[in-house]
Amino acid sequence: MSGGELWRLPARSLAEAVRAGTCTALEAASAGWDGPGARWERDVHAIAHSDSEVRAAGAGAAPPGPLAGVPVVVKDNLCTRDYPTTCCSRILAGYQPPYDATVVRRLREAGGVISGKGNMDEFAMGSSTEYSCYGPTRNPHDLARVPGGSSGGPAAAVAYGLAPLALGSDTGGSVRQPAAFCGVIGLKPTYGRLSRYGLVAFASSFDQVGIFGRHAGDVALLYALLAGPDPLDATSRPGPPPDVSGWDGGVEGLRIGWPANLWREGVDAEVVAGLEEAAAWLERAGARRVPFDFLPGEYAVATYYLVATAEASSNLARFDGMRYGYRDPESPDLHALYTRSRSAGFGAEVQRRILLGTYALSAGYYDEYYLTAQRARARIRREYEAAFSRCDLLLLPVAPTLPFRLGEKLQDPLEMYLSDIFTLGANLAGIPGLSAPVTPAAGGLPRGVQLLGPDDGEGLLLRAARALEVQGARARLERSHEVEFAWPTKR
Amino acid sequence: MAHEAVIGLECHIQLRTRSKMFCGCPAEFGAAPDANVCPVCLGLPGALPRANHAAVAAAVRLGLALGCEIRGESAFARKHYFYPDSPKNYQITQYDRPICVGGSLPVEIAGVERRYELERLHLEEDSGKSSHPVRAGDRPFSLLDFNRAGMPLLELVTEPVFREPAECAAFLAALRRLVRWLDVSDGDMEKGQLRCDANVSLRPAGAAALGVKTELKNLNSIRGVEKGLAAEIARQRRLLEAGGPVGQATLLYDVEHDRLAVLRSKEDAHDYRYFPEPDLPELRVEDSVLEEARAGLPELPWARAARFVARYGLSACDASVLCEQRELADYYEACAAVAEGRLAGSWVMTEVLRVLHERAGSIGDFAARVPAVRLGGLVARVAAKEIPGPLAKQVFAWMLEEEGGVDELLARHGVRAMGAATDLRPLVLEVLGEHEGAVAQYLAGRSRTLDFLVGQVMKKSRGQAAPQVVQELLAAELTRRAAGEAPGRAPGFAP
Repeated sequence: MSGGELWRLPARSLAEAVRAGTCTALEAASAGWDGPGARWERDVHAIAHSDSEVRAAGAGAAPPGPLAGVPVVVKDNLCTRDYPTTCCSRILAGYQPPYDATVVRRLREAGGVISGKGNMDEFAMGSSTEYSCYGPTRNPHDLARVPGGSSGGPAAAVAYGLAPLALGSDTGGSVRQPAAFCGVIGLKPTYGRLSRYGLVAFASSFDQVGIFGRHAGDVALLYALLAGPDPLDATSRPGPPPDVSGWDGGVEGLRIGWPANLWREGVDAEVVAGLEEAAAWLERAGARRVPFDFLPGEYAVATYYLVATAEASSNLARFDGMRYGYRDPESPDLHALYTRSRSAGFGAEVQRRILLGTYALSAGYYDEYYLTAQRARARIRREYEAAFSRCDLLLLPVAPTLPFRLGEKLQDPLEMYLSDIFTLGANLAGIPGLSAPVTPAAGGLPRGVQLLGPDDGEGLLLRAARALEVQGARARLERSHEVEFAWPTKR
Repeated sequence: MAHEAVIGLECHIQLRTRSKMFCGCPAEFGAAPDANVCPVCLGLPGALPRANHAAVAAAVRLGLALGCEIRGESAFARKHYFYPDSPKNYQITQYDRPICVGGSLPVEIAGVERRYELERLHLEEDSGKSSHPVRAGDRPFSLLDFNRAGMPLLELVTEPVFREPAECAAFLAALRRLVRWLDVSDGDMEKGQLRCDANVSLRPAGAAALGVKTELKNLNSIRGVEKGLAAEIARQRRLLEAGGPVGQATLLYDVEHDRLAVLRSKEDAHDYRYFPEPDLPELRVEDSVLEEARAGLPELPWARAARFVARYGLSACDASVLCEQRELADYYEACAAVAEGRLAGSWVMTEVLRVLHERAGSIGDFAARVPAVRLGGLVARVAAKEIPGPLAKQVFAWMLEEEGGVDELLARHGVRAMGAATDLRPLVLEVLGEHEGAVAQYLAGRSRTLDFLVGQVMKKSRGQAAPQVVQELLAAELTRRAAGEAPGRAPGFAP
């Protein structure tokens, strides 16, 4: 394999090449930067922090494990001791943690090398990666459009070839939606399966580290390496994580829930067509389509934004300019120091959510808002459980639209919130979800579909993702008249 | 109109665990600033808490001792307020679902025991420490030390059951004794291991409704509690008697200058925005843990004191002194196992406590030097009148410095105990012979002359005679002489 093509390899093949000595860990870890990175990164701006020396040090220290030398983009809200971790917020300017997040540590122990820190919406609050203090990330498939968010940087980086794998975080769809917008696979595991220790909290009871990849097998590999209980995270799920080694086992006989009601309202026709295609592909692979009623609707959006902003207002209280990050240099007293540092340090969207959450938790409003939302949340979870008694997986759109243009939704935060309607159900219920690409829409924009599984259903989700991957490849072959002839190897 | 005070206490007990409440940092006092910190107790971005089970066990232990209901499921909550020494700008505490509910603490005041009802006990973390040093010429500045941040605290909240500051002081002393007795805390108020806030209101005597309350903070000594409450009650009484209202406020008490200062009034009251801590699952206390804690609970100080009264015939007051510390009660009881209970009690209370006081030592150190059986052996000899009191005190002094049993010590110092009548009789006769004038005076009715004669015998014995025995011997001999008998052997003094 020539050095120039290493970046095209799936993570598993790249690690094998490193272990076999075909290439060095440094060559593997740098391939993306030397190749597509040089051409794309300036335009796409997927990465918030990178450093070739730190990357080389990481490659030098990488053990010959299952991810030997494999570069992985890590979202900027996961703590790394050798790169800044700023959540793309001014209030964490220059902050470099003294410790690695548990998932980062496990990644390194498996031989993975951090390729760079992925750009994101400030504190993961957003759906377009436009709210980064470092400027937006652009969709590599159309630079005028957003890559989705909040993990837009990691998604775009995997899409254009900087790294075969990336880590993001998914609080209300922040992995699945950018994966769909960028044409890659995005997995949000069951709540508690990937440790949150070292993930800078947005909404603790929703946050889950997620995985981006170009291949279902790569995502399965990284999941298997990272998942499992962490004594440092009291909310991590006890017991062994689900076995995903059967990711290539097919979907024969699986019951795929097809949303028979509501969801068509306000959903782009191209998105509907993509969903029809996915259902057809899964049926072709042996799955059965079972109708179900899509439940959450607008109540889910309200419930989510009440609880998530309440938790966020609390989690973000610690950013006060006192011990690290940005501090207003001129404050005459303590109160001014707090208000000025936070007013200048947080962007408008983050301030909006802190204010909403503070309000929801205030004396006199707590019962009406927070407690009511928690009851609604418990009910939503029961409804999902009921759906999974009749279906193995649920098929849903990821977002109501295709990737939108930069700036298109910035003036209307409510519309931005409503675009999470299909994804945040999984976070409310704690169940796993995955987004996988189907045939691009007319004009070449990526299109993804979402699959939701029951608790610990990651294995099923990855089998479905693999089935879609295989069917997609087959569909591409069928459309192409230029398929290369399979020459005999001996001539 | 006469007013009565209604007082409720909030006591913070720093639990004696090896590590902090939500991380593995050492929970120790006196380390260099910021020596015991980690991402969790510094509240660094991304760090997560995990509950310390030793602190939970301590809460269960104290809860059981106080007769609280121990909740199998309780929950942590976040309490929000911005302050530089609060690393996360919220405190992890327990709010609407505390680990222990109800219960009471028996307190003895002037020989009368009263139970003070409790509302709850809950677990929480401590904050860091701010200091504001003043240096001439410098701009004002503050220093932060996060060693204390995340230290495990148990907050005990009483019902509003107190009327007098003295009751509160006694309650606090009893609580301090209990937490030490149970080994859940060192309870040193000077080190902040036991802190107290009070809620105080006044109402017309006999009224049912409560008046407007103020919160008094920083009552960090037993004296401070009593003086601070007295000052605040006086302040409220002045306001009410002048016809003015009492404003809801939080006050600080400066015990050194006996001054109250308003920290904040109702207008700046905090909205703490409590909500369930999403980083921690429900706190479960399994039945097996509860049973284990119940089985491991020592006899409680008030029960033990009652048993000392019943079993060893001690006065209630003496029993409660001996039960001030568990190690002291243990020491006493080991002593009483080999010697008469009341005498053992008086020896432990006068001699042992005196030595502890003089040497500022602990009962543990003392017991290492003079084990209870060793002291008990001495007390038993005193009880058997084999060793006179003054000599016994000398033997006790030797015991502190030297090895060996009572007889060994006496032999080493060349002293023979002269407790027995046979030992003393020759001395008595000698003295009577030497002081015929005094004898005549005594026989003529000057009974006080007996003291002189006793003194003479004591002198001859070089202090080794038991004065009581000497007095009995002298009195018997003189009585015989008064009856006209010749000096000689008397019944009852047969060898």
